[in-house]
Amino acid sequence: MIKKFQNITSKSAPLISVAVICLLWLFVSEGELIAAYMLPSPLSVIKAFVSDFSILMKHAAVTLQEAIYGLLIGILAAFVIATVMDRFPFLYKAFYPVLIVTQTVPTIAIAPLLVLWMGFSMAPKITLVVITTFFPVTVSLLDGYKSADKDAIDLIRSMGGSKLTVFRHIKLPSALPSFFSGLKVSASYAVVGGVIAEWLGGFEGLGVYMTRVKKAYAFDKMFAVIIFISIISLLLMLLISVLEKRVIKWKNTDQ
Amino acid sequence: MKYLETKNITKSFDGKEIIRDISIYLEKGEIVSLLGVSGSGKTTLFNIISGLSAADSGEVFLEGESIIQKPGVVSYMLQKDLLLPYYSILENVSLPLVIKGKLSKKEAKEKASALFSQFGLEGTENKFPHQLSGGMRQRAAFLRTYLASDKVALLDEPFSALDTITKNAVHRWYLDIMEKIRLSTLFVTHDIDEAILLSDRIYILSGNPGRISHEITVKAKKPRSDDFVVSEEFISYKKQIFEALKG
Repeated sequence: MIKKFQNITSKSAPLISVAVICLLWLFVSEGELIAAYMLPSPLSVIKAFVSDFSILMKHAAVTLQEAIYGLLIGILAAFVIATVMDRFPFLYKAFYPVLIVTQTVPTIAIAPLLVLWMGFSMAPKITLVVITTFFPVTVSLLDGYKSADKDAIDLIRSMGGSKLTVFRHIKLPSALPSFFSGLKVSASYAVVGGVIAEWLGGFEGLGVYMTRVKKAYAFDKMFAVIIFISIISLLLMLLISVLEKRVIKWKNTDQ
Repeated sequence: MKYLETKNITKSFDGKEIIRDISIYLEKGEIVSLLGVSGSGKTTLFNIISGLSAADSGEVFLEGESIIQKPGVVSYMLQKDLLLPYYSILENVSLPLVIKGKLSKKEAKEKASALFSQFGLEGTENKFPHQLSGGMRQRAAFLRTYLASDKVALLDEPFSALDTITKNAVHRWYLDIMEKIRLSTLFVTHDIDEAILLSDRIYILSGNPGRISHEITVKAKKPRSDDFVVSEEFISYKKQIFEALKG
């Protein structure tokens, strides 16, 4: 009974905090404590969202496409890089620092370069998403491979198993939980990565829409799109959580 | 010719000799213990016999054939049960059959599940390892070991992580099952009572580097009853081992 109660409170706690923030926002803007052109009221943001719904959806489809293609290519790249690096310790030593360095290069700084190199098509956007998403997945996979129990590896070897067998039965399954936590981080980067690339050149996508409404000083529309982007990112992370539960079934069985 | 035999095995790590001149043997169907303190090189020796690592010098023969650096011939069970948490018990147990590649996944599972009731594991087929008690997990790990090789099993302190009460039950179960399957076994332990209770013969490994200092044959007949551990005979073996360990 007490446990059930705790369960309800722990589930509703984040909802309450979000509601409080929204109410505070409503109070500050409707009470004109902050000028409406600086902080639009949540009501006008909702209105903007509803009136621009079809345009938002059209742009969202483009951004989502970039994000998902980029994320998928990023995962594939991460899988290949991490697996090869784990298999050959020499490559691990040689390229791990390089991997870290790629992450210190600010995304926003390379985005214009990508546009220069690749033009205004979808290619530079997808490339930017790949660059931002492959890293968390690579590192989490590498950590996951390293977390594999040495004794379990010896056990498989003592059965006459090859390196590939060890990978299939020990390394890969051991890396899955870590892989999914990395993937959640990457998913949140993916949509934002696409939007940033769109800021710097392009004809469609939520980033393009954002720059347009910004130039028109339509702050309510600006807020609507920002919140919309957050929601898309959250949904993507949710999707990955669902996937994780399906793949890692054994964690959901009770004692 | 002995069934399994090691001849003058010596091994060093980083210039430090761990074991020197180890020559032991195992007859078919025999249970032989290696008794010694931690750090006497028991695990090093097992790694060599199982084919996982090479010896600096010496040989290991199974039925007259060298098995040095040939993993997969004898099976190896460690103190940790090492059941893979993401596989069901049946998948875990049938894994060695799948890895050896002679059977398909389905055939391997059929072969393994036929042994579940004999090993007291019926009903656990589709459970995951964390749903089983420590004793049951050790049973499953032992069945997996048996399926990995029915020739020779190397058991490296397999029951030492269990609490005393569970351990007694597992010992009883183990002696029982060994009467049926007669698996030739080399058994590492630092538990004197366990060594006497389970073995036909005991080697005492001592010194630094580790060497075989004594060999004791436990003549008590099998199956051994519950009273064996409190019998005069048992105590006399224990005394003999204490003396041997003193040097």
